[in-house]
Amino acid sequence: MLLLPCPFCGARAETEFVFGGDGSVAPPPEGENASDAAWTEALYFRDNPRGAHRELWFHRHGCRRWIAVERDTVSHAILRAELLVPSARKDGQA
Amino acid sequence: MNGAQPMRLAAGGAIDRARPLGFTFDGRAYAGFAGDTLASALLANGVRLMGRSFKYHRPRGPWGAGAEEPNALVELRTGARREPNTRATVIELFDGLVAQSQNRWPSLRFDVMGVNGLFAPIFTAGFYYKTFMWPASFWEKLYEPIIRRAAGLGRAAREPDPDEYDRSHLFCDVLVIGAGPAGLAAALAAARSGARVVLADEDVRPGGRLLAEAHEIDSAPGVLWAERVAGELAGMANVTLLARTTVFGLFDHGAFAALERVADHLPEPAPHQVRQRLWRIQARRAVLAAGAIERPIAFGGNDRPGVMAASAVRAYLHRWAVLPGRRGVVFTASDDGWRTADALLAAGASVEAVVDARPDPPAALMRAAGARGLRVHAGAQVVGTHGHLGLQAVDVRLPSGSSLGIDCDLLAVSGGWNPTVHLASHQGAKPVWDAALAAFVPGRLPEGLAVAGAAAGRFTLAACLADGAEAGRAAASACGHAAAPLVLPRAADEPAAQAAFFHVPGPRGKAFVDFQNDVTVKDVKQAAREGYRSVEHAKRYTTLGMATDQGKTANVVGLAILAEATGRSIEATGTTIFRPPYTPVAMGAIVGHHRGRDFRPARHTPMHDWAAENGASFVEVGPWYRAQWYARPGEKGWRDSVDREAEAVRRAVGVCDVSTLGKIEVVGRDAAAFLDFVYTSMISTLPVGRVRYGLMLREDGLVFDDGTCARMGPERFFITTTTANAGRVMQHLEFCHQVLKPAMDVSFLSVTDRWAQVSIAGPRSRDLVAMLVGPGVDLSTAAFPHMSAAEVEVCGQVPARLFRLSFSGEMAYELGVPADFGDALMRHIMQVGAPLGLVPYGTEALSVLRVEKGHPAGGELNGHTTARDLGLGGMMSRKKDYVGRRLAERPAFTDPARPILVGFKPVDRGQELKSGAHFLDPGAEARIENDQGYMTSVAFSPALGHSIGLGLLARGRERIGQQVRAYDPVRNRDIVVEVCHPVFIDPEGDRTRG
Repeated sequence: MLLLPCPFCGARAETEFVFGGDGSVAPPPEGENASDAAWTEALYFRDNPRGAHRELWFHRHGCRRWIAVERDTVSHAILRAELLVPSARKDGQA
Repeated sequence: MNGAQPMRLAAGGAIDRARPLGFTFDGRAYAGFAGDTLASALLANGVRLMGRSFKYHRPRGPWGAGAEEPNALVELRTGARREPNTRATVIELFDGLVAQSQNRWPSLRFDVMGVNGLFAPIFTAGFYYKTFMWPASFWEKLYEPIIRRAAGLGRAAREPDPDEYDRSHLFCDVLVIGAGPAGLAAALAAARSGARVVLADEDVRPGGRLLAEAHEIDSAPGVLWAERVAGELAGMANVTLLARTTVFGLFDHGAFAALERVADHLPEPAPHQVRQRLWRIQARRAVLAAGAIERPIAFGGNDRPGVMAASAVRAYLHRWAVLPGRRGVVFTASDDGWRTADALLAAGASVEAVVDARPDPPAALMRAAGARGLRVHAGAQVVGTHGHLGLQAVDVRLPSGSSLGIDCDLLAVSGGWNPTVHLASHQGAKPVWDAALAAFVPGRLPEGLAVAGAAAGRFTLAACLADGAEAGRAAASACGHAAAPLVLPRAADEPAAQAAFFHVPGPRGKAFVDFQNDVTVKDVKQAAREGYRSVEHAKRYTTLGMATDQGKTANVVGLAILAEATGRSIEATGTTIFRPPYTPVAMGAIVGHHRGRDFRPARHTPMHDWAAENGASFVEVGPWYRAQWYARPGEKGWRDSVDREAEAVRRAVGVCDVSTLGKIEVVGRDAAAFLDFVYTSMISTLPVGRVRYGLMLREDGLVFDDGTCARMGPERFFITTTTANAGRVMQHLEFCHQVLKPAMDVSFLSVTDRWAQVSIAGPRSRDLVAMLVGPGVDLSTAAFPHMSAAEVEVCGQVPARLFRLSFSGEMAYELGVPADFGDALMRHIMQVGAPLGLVPYGTEALSVLRVEKGHPAGGELNGHTTARDLGLGGMMSRKKDYVGRRLAERPAFTDPARPILVGFKPVDRGQELKSGAHFLDPGAEARIENDQGYMTSVAFSPALGHSIGLGLLARGRERIGQQVRAYDPVRNRDIVVEVCHPVFIDPEGDRTRG
């Protein structure tokens, strides 16, 4: 079981989180003007890297923040974890 | 010697002679003492035959004295608490213990299946694969029943487990695994520095090997040192001692799993006491001080009762004051084995010979043995054994090649020690072969884990103490605790060399590598010959290292023989993968309290008790229990109740508990703009006090969820979701905000549990609502039309939210009150509504009403449908961007040939429709290429008097009035249905808006 360092709540057990998929992909910035190919790539194609992988986790039973976690897929070492709304802390919501 | 316990020594041992205990084995009564294990008590009684082996049914006695035991497996307890394959070597004796031997019939001493030994050539490596290949038809009838009867050793209890199991969590700076000399030293060093320490050991007493050896520390028995250290640790507030606790697995990020046997040493758990507890220990650092396990040597007949690990012999002598035999022979390939001879002599037994496989044992050992008058055969080997149900003699091959027979009833075998590296390898790192040590030691270590003492290959007592203390200090220091000065106790560096000697060439009789699986040297060699060169393949082919002991004694010997047979080094051959658990764990302990009705949490609405009192049958919707229908006396089946409820709604008024719907408050300056982004339709134009039906898409353009969106204020919305998707919608909103629209000022609050909500539907619903909210609220259609929302008060005092919404197609309202008032509200509604003909209705009638109205629900919102498929294309705004908009426009989703929602009636109105049926053109062959869609929901419509259905049909709207086949091969049905408009009742909506 992973221990995920939530930037908001600290190290918490994986069971508090919901996995949110690959964090290295996003809807194309052009939005609805982007090509079918760009949307297809963003929605359906995923790399399966050996090593560092950016993924999204939702701290469902915690601060309800979506966080981006960089995890080594071989060792499960957590290389980085960050909030997706960097301003949230400044807003005083912490 | 000692009355009923002929092999019990007159003095010594860590047993309480003042507390005799009675127990039975195979129905015979014996006596032992508190502090005994089942194995030590049986040995004290002169019983060394404890079981029959798995394949050949050979007589077996204990090989070891600990958790690694492969042979002495027994059925413990009776009835619902009967447990198979428990190791007699670790079962703490209690008064009244009942144990039975396994795998024998009719008795342990005379076992019919012993003839398997005569058929040994059949049972060689790969036996299962070769014997049960063909004919295939024999599998079910013949092979499987035979294997099922023969496989496994003991019998599981047939009744449900009567015991409770617990799961708990612990957090610490330093977890020390093992309370032997290294573990105690580590725990003490870490604890004195102030670190939060957990010390866990599988044994009931601390000390590890100190309990089994005659070692001295600070010129006193080592056991005393262990007791003193454990006592100091027990008195420290920052230390948690877990006895009878096996740390059985290392998982990611410093998470350990441990099993505490809370009540296994008692006849049964005390009232409210759990039997076992599963600990999840989160440790910043850990010190693995799990010790080492002595390995056997494979030679002819090395499984006969009376052949024992030399370390076990010393344990029985020192810890339990039991003499495992009166005439001993020691067969060793290590210095350590020699100490067994001294221990036997000290206990008054005779030592017939010390046979050292090494040609030149250390001179110091030879000299000391000479001084005691011991006969020593260096460079010699035990090649065979004799005896029927126990050892009577051994054959020794001398260096000259000549043979020597020695009468004896005990053979102590020492093949050297294997460090217990299991936990260090649970994260995948393989142990490495240390040629100088002739043992595998931990390789690359998981982060935060240190290995100390014998587990790290440091076999002498002085080295263990020093190593442990340093590991404990380093672990505490890594957690920020400054080291406290620690004076190491004085102990000796006893001789501890060992040879890589695993099997005797040219054995007389079967030479066993794996006792538990009856795998011999010959089997391993045969596997190599047949091409199973990989250690993992050889394991599966021979079953070496499988079953309850997972090869704790067998694996290294087996792979060494495999290395030799394949002409490779031990290093190149490597080990199999180590996986948790280290020792068997009961399923009950893993499940904990999550069984039966507590398997998962149940959610009840505030009106649950009221519903139960009123005849409700409940249905599980996710974790919720929803009232399905309310049966009344005289109703013959559920259909009677559901028809009555649905009719009452159409005729008068009904009330339905809809509290389970997901409810979310959406507030903020950008709340309206945000909702425009997540719903297909325009929300920002919605006036305060109005409600809009909303559809959410997934980014891929398919429908995600539907619900209503009410504007309670300029920057405040109250939205509902389907019951099943409440959590996912919340997660989706947070995602859309935090990831896609972080700049927007909006926040969300899940209020599903804060509001009890009812739907009040039917032509008289307005009359009923008027009685609830009082005359101050104008409910006329002009003032409060369909799709309105308002904050009101019920009974003039309870704050409530009123919505005019309809799922049933009738004039209908939803009324929400704070959850605490839900029960009272329902009872009040029932009371005031009675004169209006009010009935409560459940989810089934709700479903009937919505199918009659053609509203999509779970069957249609199935993750395969688009808004257009559901006839909701008009809700897809063209004036704004929203999640899923782009992908909803892709060609496949706008294809006019896509199946689209329409209604169905059986042409023969007496026939019943079934959801799941597939549509075919009349006359078309029933093949997937001809598939035209499928039925998604059906109901019996009391209003129409026949079965109706909703379904997705290719070009469905164009085919209204035509007929298609509803083909259902699963239920063997094939009927003709008429395609119709999906709204069966009041398609113009006059009743809804009235």
